[in-house]
Amino acid sequence: MKITRSEVEHVARLARLELSDSELDTFTGQMDGILAYVEKLNALDTEGIVPTSHAVPMENAFRPDQPADSIGVEAALANAPLRAESFFRVPKVIE
Amino acid sequence: MEIFDLTIHELHEKLKAKEVSSVEATRAMLERIEAVDGQVNAYITVTPEQALVEAEAADKRIAAGDIAPLTGIPVGLKDIFITKGIRTTCGSRILENFVPPYDGTAVAKLKEQGAVIVGKLNQDEFAMGSSNESSYFGPVKNPWNLECTPGGSSGGSAAAIAARTATATLGTDTGGSIRQPASHCSCVGLKPTYGRVSRYGVIAYASSLDQVGPLTRDVTDAALLLGAVAGYDPKDSTSVNTPVPDYVAGLATGVKGLKIGLPKQYFIEGLDPDVKRAMDEAIALYKSLGAELREVSLPHTEYAVATYYLIATAEASSNLARYDGVRFGHRAEDVRGLKEMFAKTRAEGFGSEVKRRIMLGTYALSSGYYDAYYVKAQKVRTLIMQDFLNAFNEVDVLLTPIAPTPPFKIGEKLADPLQMYLSDIFTIPVNLAGTCGISIPAGFSAGGLPIGLQLIGKPFGEATVLSTAYAFERETQWHLKKAPL
Repeated sequence: MKITRSEVEHVARLARLELSDSELDTFTGQMDGILAYVEKLNALDTEGIVPTSHAVPMENAFRPDQPADSIGVEAALANAPLRAESFFRVPKVIE
Repeated sequence: MEIFDLTIHELHEKLKAKEVSSVEATRAMLERIEAVDGQVNAYITVTPEQALVEAEAADKRIAAGDIAPLTGIPVGLKDIFITKGIRTTCGSRILENFVPPYDGTAVAKLKEQGAVIVGKLNQDEFAMGSSNESSYFGPVKNPWNLECTPGGSSGGSAAAIAARTATATLGTDTGGSIRQPASHCSCVGLKPTYGRVSRYGVIAYASSLDQVGPLTRDVTDAALLLGAVAGYDPKDSTSVNTPVPDYVAGLATGVKGLKIGLPKQYFIEGLDPDVKRAMDEAIALYKSLGAELREVSLPHTEYAVATYYLIATAEASSNLARYDGVRFGHRAEDVRGLKEMFAKTRAEGFGSEVKRRIMLGTYALSSGYYDAYYVKAQKVRTLIMQDFLNAFNEVDVLLTPIAPTPPFKIGEKLADPLQMYLSDIFTIPVNLAGTCGISIPAGFSAGGLPIGLQLIGKPFGEATVLSTAYAFERETQWHLKKAPL
């Protein structure tokens, strides 16, 4: 299957990545090569095989429902690129 | 022998006997970093002031008769480990100025023992790479040959061991990122079973594959360091609650009667002749020590790389969604609105390897392709896991090469990502199966470049893998050779 430049543009939008024209060209070629390589998986019959999402068979991991200390507001905001009082500040959302 | 040449267990004995103090050992290490790291570029951040404070504290503890195996030992950490108050970049521009507010569990455990953190080590950006060329902070050079890569993504961790700029280091292994650089730099690198070491406070790349492990000068140190960081952690819901054995106590069990499997798919034509020779010599040595060697089959090996690059990139595209410039990290300026801020921040903050993998993963998870790519890969992962389970019904340990070739030149594979990805073909299946594996020094190429040997164990079979590795190390001198720096 051949991946097109417009499909790559679409994926970049989904991934919230702004790509330059030259990046789009490069990634179109490279993704095409890599996706052609992964097509080899289609040679395997996987009908009835249960997919593995995790290497260790585990039940739900629960912890006691008890309150505990967290890092606190100041530590959580310490790396904020921009803050206003106790909030992360972002550009306007409504255009 | 200089203090920076010592292993953990050798330095521990000297600290215990008060022949040397932790402050002296730490100063020696910091001077060594100052002297040679300009050539190697293994460190992103060196923390001299903090390290000396920790070393003084360790000395006080030792004076009071309280000494653990890691007390006072200078260690380096891959810059993927969250460290309270120490900049943590993950090799990326997007986290260039990120200073975490807490320690990850593995780091906290080292601190509890009184280990001295001398700095944060260079790595491929977000652990994505096989050569350490994707770091925002420049490539790491292989101490054995500065024109070659040290391997990746824990290239800084491995190069620091080879350059003797840390007594021991921690790395992470998602598709071979501890074992392959350990092999390329002639040190010992252990990838534990998934769930053996907590991932809490380790920046996530591909969550179902990532695992923390030691890179050290010898097998005893690997056993010591694994013992220090392993164990159940309620803060990591994928950590497994099973007892941690005394890995050092079990090292000298020997290999008499041990069944070692040779997977025929790993001894293919095209294997570099120097690598092949080193494997043949290792097999002969194990035979002479009384191990029983037999051929086994892992029939789905050729599908592992394709499976890995779908699963790992899908998980990466999800994990890396958190880098949006809102709460931490780089934020693009002069933007109109929130969406543009996200897209520009990520465009400026990520390098090309990370962008390529986010794109592949987003594609594999997108509507219309999810079943054809992602679910298909998860099903093939099941077949690969079954291969290992079947093999371990016949044998105790598997012996394989780590990489098809010795270390390659910096820049050699950059233009062709698929060729780069294929260099991990012998390490990736272990991560997909979730089991454990070690790389130990096993020789050198005609050109003087290191060659590693891989031993793969059953899930939670680290003790067997370590004792098998120890038997080899005891009979060989490869781990004692020093890089020419």
